Amino acid sequence: MDKRFMTGNEAIAEAALQAGCRYYFGYPITPQNEIPEYMSRRLPEVGGTFLQAESEIAAIYMVYGASGSGARVMTSSSSPGISLKQEGISYIAAGELPCVIANIMRGGPGLGGIQPSQADYFQAVKGGGHGDYHLLVLAPSTVQEAVSLTMESFDLADKYRNPVMLLGDGFIGQMMEPVVFEKRPAVSLPAKDWACTGAKGRASNLVKTLNLDPAELEKHNIKLYEKYQKMRKDEVRLENYLTDDAEVVIAAYGSVARIAKTAIQALRQKGIKVGMIRPISLFPFPYQAFADIAKRVKKILVVEMSMGQMIEDVKLGVCGAAQVSFYGRVGGMVPSYEEIVAEIEKLVKVAP
Amino acid sequence: MERKSICTNVIMAGFGGQGLMFIGKLLAYCAMKRGLNVTWIPSYGPEMRGGTANCTVVISDQPIGSPVITSPDALIIMNNPSLEAFEPRIKTDGLLFINNNLVTCQIKRKDLQVISVPANDAAVEAGEKKAANMVILGTYVARTGILTKEDVAAGFKEFFGAKTEYLASNMQALEKGMSYA
Repeated sequence: MDKRFMTGNEAIAEAALQAGCRYYFGYPITPQNEIPEYMSRRLPEVGGTFLQAESEIAAIYMVYGASGSGARVMTSSSSPGISLKQEGISYIAAGELPCVIANIMRGGPGLGGIQPSQADYFQAVKGGGHGDYHLLVLAPSTVQEAVSLTMESFDLADKYRNPVMLLGDGFIGQMMEPVVFEKRPAVSLPAKDWACTGAKGRASNLVKTLNLDPAELEKHNIKLYEKYQKMRKDEVRLENYLTDDAEVVIAAYGSVARIAKTAIQALRQKGIKVGMIRPISLFPFPYQAFADIAKRVKKILVVEMSMGQMIEDVKLGVCGAAQVSFYGRVGGMVPSYEEIVAEIEKLVKVAP
Repeated sequence: MERKSICTNVIMAGFGGQGLMFIGKLLAYCAMKRGLNVTWIPSYGPEMRGGTANCTVVISDQPIGSPVITSPDALIIMNNPSLEAFEPRIKTDGLLFINNNLVTCQIKRKDLQVISVPANDAAVEAGEKKAANMVILGTYVARTGILTKEDVAAGFKEFFGAKTEYLASNMQALEKGMSYA
């Protein structure tokens, strides 16, 4: 299979096209502009529609509309733009509409900067907008993984009738790597018999999120909750990296996880047995993997490009059974593998 | 093809517009075509023509962990501000390629292998005054042995297919650069 050399952003866009996405609505923001740029060129070639909306808010409601009519649709943005989309994302989750949203995170809060960050973890995995809802959140660590997860996102969105967020950072978006586009085996998905496609010859469908009857709305919330429970059971994805003999375990996701891999190799050369649990699905979070490792490993270091967000989920998994420490860089600063090595060395020096 | 283990990295830095992003991509692409793993990361700050820009290329026959490099094996430096920014970071005995037509500041460290290339003059001699980047890429690939001229020519044609009219002069510049290795 031919290898192509692409940025993560371009690869996400091409993967979306190959997964059948035919509609893209968005508004420009660094560091994800190569996604709309690529879509603007490629979508018309395959009979799709690219539209640069007048704002992020307009774009997300265009996604709502296209999804409501049964189309495969995506949008993308970066941190401040994703904040603007939150109302619409809540509506999409409430209306049980499938779509894919890529967030190529940059430093915040506020307008922040344009360099890589993972500071939107809470926003992505805990809801983000108002109301009791969750996105399925997937975090690629390489450009190749960005391709496979993007393709999978569209199937998962359709399977659960739920928005899926692809959570990357500036490096995942801007970095170029070799990538192969393999055809995914066809997945059997439920028919979109709920979509508004014109009601000629059938009862009309209605996609809406207003429900003024509390008993009905409670029922709807419970139905959504059951869906999230099913995701928690069936959709946890993670990578165990050299954890079998590890005495210390790193928890990291996305591009930080690959920096941690280099640190782990350097540490092992020095005789310090370190492994890593890399959550690939951030919602659902692999709590059980951390519960299991904490039975054996007593020191866990969480590394993030934030002041400590995923660490809260790691602690929930570990549930007091191991010491959980943290190392983070923020504002667009990226942890080096040397810094991670130094943190682990500090940890192993201290008696348990 | 027999080859000893390969794992190397380089940061290239200079003014925006000098084509450092280009030669970084070209190097990575050609290495990919040779079956190696590669990553290319640009500095994607608010750079503009005349501002400073840099990119990092990692090449390895193993899966690449960190694409971010604090202490590179090699540096390609095309202007004074970049020398100031990156000289302290290169590892001991690292390869420092400088374009001595533009880099006039003194190199402070004594623990480096400095390869000084009159890249602008060489580009003019090669008949393409804008190809100083190709000259210094030539010096880099020859000194490290990571790619042959044929590898680069093939990559140039494939990856930047639309611009093949520049191929001959760019390859002359590359060859010129190789002679400084």
